[in-house]
Amino acid sequence: MIALLAEVPYWGQSLLRVLGGLVAVLLPAGTIVYVFLFKMMSFMQSRLGPMEAGPYGSMQLFAEVGKWLQKEDIVPDRADARIFKMAPVIVLVSTFLLVVVVPFGPEAWFTDFETGVFYALAVSSISVLGILIAGWSSANKYSLLGGLRAAGQLIAYELPMVLAVMGVVIQAGTMNLQKIVVAQNTGSMFGIDAIGHPYVISQFFGFIIFMIAIQAELTQAPFDMPIAESELVSGYMTEYSGFRFLIFFIGEFATAGVFAMIASVLFLGGWGVPFTWFGWTSVDDVANWMNFVGPLIMFTKMMLLVFIIMWIRFSYPRLREDQLQRFAWKGLIPVALINIMVTAILKVVF
Amino acid sequence: MPPKSPNGEVRQLSSSSETTTPVVDLEREQMLEAIKLSLGDVFVDSHLKPGDDLWIRVRTDSWLGSVQKLRDHHSFDYFGFLSAIDWMPSPYGRGEDDPTEPAPVRDTTIRSGYAGGDTRMQVFIRLVNSKTHLGITVKVDVADSSPSVESLITIFAGANWHERETHEMFGIDFVGHNDLRNMYLPVDFEGHPLRKDFPLLARMVKPWPGIVDVEPLPGGDEEDSAEVKASAQSKDSDAS
Amino acid sequence: MTMLGDRQQLSYIASQAADARLNLELETEGMTLNIGPQHPATHGTLRIIARLDGEQVVWAEPACGYMHRGYEKLTEVRTFPQVTTLVNRIDWLGSFANEVPFILAAEKLMGVEAPTRAQYIRTILFELSRIANVSLFLGDLGVQLGAITPVFLAFRDREYVLNLIESATGGRFHPNFDRIGGLKDDLPAGWIDETRAVMKKLRSFCDQIEDLLFGNEIFQSRTRGIGVIPRDVALQYGLSGANLRASGVDWDLRRDQTLPMVWDKADWKVWTHPDGDSFARCWVRLQETRESTKIVDQLLGAIPSGPVMAKVPKIIKVPEGEAWVSTENPLGEMGYYVVSRGDLGPFRVKIRSASFNNISITPWLLRGVYVPDIVTILASLYFILGDIDR
Repeated sequence: MIALLAEVPYWGQSLLRVLGGLVAVLLPAGTIVYVFLFKMMSFMQSRLGPMEAGPYGSMQLFAEVGKWLQKEDIVPDRADARIFKMAPVIVLVSTFLLVVVVPFGPEAWFTDFETGVFYALAVSSISVLGILIAGWSSANKYSLLGGLRAAGQLIAYELPMVLAVMGVVIQAGTMNLQKIVVAQNTGSMFGIDAIGHPYVISQFFGFIIFMIAIQAELTQAPFDMPIAESELVSGYMTEYSGFRFLIFFIGEFATAGVFAMIASVLFLGGWGVPFTWFGWTSVDDVANWMNFVGPLIMFTKMMLLVFIIMWIRFSYPRLREDQLQRFAWKGLIPVALINIMVTAILKVVF
Repeated sequence: MPPKSPNGEVRQLSSSSETTTPVVDLEREQMLEAIKLSLGDVFVDSHLKPGDDLWIRVRTDSWLGSVQKLRDHHSFDYFGFLSAIDWMPSPYGRGEDDPTEPAPVRDTTIRSGYAGGDTRMQVFIRLVNSKTHLGITVKVDVADSSPSVESLITIFAGANWHERETHEMFGIDFVGHNDLRNMYLPVDFEGHPLRKDFPLLARMVKPWPGIVDVEPLPGGDEEDSAEVKASAQSKDSDAS
Repeated sequence: MTMLGDRQQLSYIASQAADARLNLELETEGMTLNIGPQHPATHGTLRIIARLDGEQVVWAEPACGYMHRGYEKLTEVRTFPQVTTLVNRIDWLGSFANEVPFILAAEKLMGVEAPTRAQYIRTILFELSRIANVSLFLGDLGVQLGAITPVFLAFRDREYVLNLIESATGGRFHPNFDRIGGLKDDLPAGWIDETRAVMKKLRSFCDQIEDLLFGNEIFQSRTRGIGVIPRDVALQYGLSGANLRASGVDWDLRRDQTLPMVWDKADWKVWTHPDGDSFARCWVRLQETRESTKIVDQLLGAIPSGPVMAKVPKIIKVPEGEAWVSTENPLGEMGYYVVSRGDLGPFRVKIRSASFNNISITPWLLRGVYVPDIVTILASLYFILGDIDR
């Protein structure tokens, strides 16, 4: 892949990266919306979901996008117009920045950061800014309450997320996401290397905490108080219409996809298959076809994780704001800290 | 003329056997005696329908006190509702007048209902004993010139909204209730809609076509349906 | 007042003190949040004005009147049979149940009683409209708390009940099927078997909701201990129906009142709950839906043959008198105080609707709670806006 790209001029490489980034963000987002939001949710609720646009309603999303693009871009009279317009873009940008460090294959990555985990966690908090300013600039009390709730919630759940990842970093001994993937697929558990060493097994608590934290970061039920349609109308999104709402909407599901990708990299072995299956020993041995199969494996794992996220979203009621904070500070964070301690001790012992 | 049943006989009301035999309602009679005793001269009048219900009327100046006594000594602890009634028949009838014709003069003599009454308007509440589930309707007269009674919110907090509604609909003042804002109507609304002399304007403009209850059936007897219409519109006709 | 009332009082005082202190030190003001009249949480157009300190409610008050239709005035210019069309629309989810007490009051004044067959069918349809009403509540409860799935299940199964009501009465929402002295028509053929099948479906719907919602820990933590109404406060405010029974008052008008209806012919149970919180109210309603399906099942097998209409004159004049009839409607006690002057129409009708009393407690109940709890409490009190405003 790199050899392939080396012949392309720099602007061409950049262009390809941008295109790749768009695909890596929008394709999962579209798939998630159709498969889970339109179809799976409908089946769980004993209805069919969209059936008219395209076969089995598969073109529904395009119809929706077309509809949203036609709508008037309304800015409330007393809103802070410039920031108001900026907010959804900031939210989406954080998703694009996040996908940059996700490895899709042995050589299929956008950039190979040594401190990828650190970067990912840092960049994911940018969306808080977008949500907060969306809430503030809308000149709407519901938006403001939603924005404040979102800020409090995202900050509270950033911490358990970081702490949950810490265990993985300790075990892998690296912050590079690519190396974390390799470490899982070359590793072995108690000498058995048939399935490598996916950290979901040894870092089970870390995985659970991470999944809960991304559920909260994505503001999906049962942590969807910032949107809370029955209390706050639509929270920070209340005043948005047309394509700005579309950006929030895509951002929501794209971020779900990207977070699921990161989770699959950290805990499920990412793009890789256990290297022993094909007799590989290091990342350099990996056959070139993995650059094409890898993204598919990754996609499958992502869909699996998003399925869990959405399943919970469709079946759980919402917590209250104070219960949510209590859950983070009194439940998740202590467990995550204990997890780190145990991991560190075991790492030193073995 | 009442409509004839197919076999030519005039239809009779079919009354159940229970109402024909006199029912002795000991429970309510005892209750009434006890109430009479404890209310003393505050008690004005009563009406008892055996097996059905009990109405009493108390003096206006001790409205709050008598309801309190009913709650505390007779354990009528459940507040059903509070409302009022305007006993003056409406000068507009039932809205069936033709607006192009001069309005007919109607008899607006005030006749009170059960347990009597001396004034045009009365406030009444419904209280229930939550143990025996026996209810009582308590009425009180309100003066015609400045209709007002004591507010019950100190003994039944639930009376708050009911008094607001009654104030707005009948213009009755509740002394001791300091929040008699309108529940339903706009702040600047004039008049009290449930008073009988408040015209239902929609009916003043156009008479209600549905005032004729029995519509002629399609293909039915023309003459017969005209007769029905006439008897429905004339207020004096006797249907029984 | 009990311990719980004290606790609410204290939290209210504390919140006010906090408000005052904040205003003093930081010169911040509380925020007035206007929930409604157009808001997803208020089914209909109820407006709640809430004064907030952060997310805590300092005081809140509902403002009604956005749907006031003046039915009490309108009844004075209608004939007795025409009134059912109006009262149908008070609680539009259980409209058949609205007609019954008015018709019973008119029948009481006239001294007419519906034939036994009509009484059975009335009771069955009454319970069906309760099921249609409360099943929507059970689904809607999830939506109010953020769980979106139950409402679709509720709409699915409620549809079966509405179909039954439609096939019997001709109207899905506003049957207008009751006549003074009986019913408009007899039941259609095959209706009884169909109803049995639907009751089975609804029982499994209740089980589903219980699994999906009532067993959920988040649901319990959102509703338990929230919006506690002690027994004496509930009585004072005239709460009725499941709201009253959830506060531990064992009172069901279907059982504790003699009306020409046939609830006493079936074997069923009045459920109460000692807690008086939001969970208790929801739970009591769930159990009542189950009991209703049982009542319907038992009555279906016992419908006697005979006419469905007593002999009444074609033009109905109701003798002079006053009558008060209330029944245990889906939302609570619904009653009509009918005054007749021997005329074609009523002289005065006071409509005592359940939601009016049930919602009048909210200013007391909402003090000191958090914004999300407003929604929970309102959902658990369960009101229909037409039933507040009339």
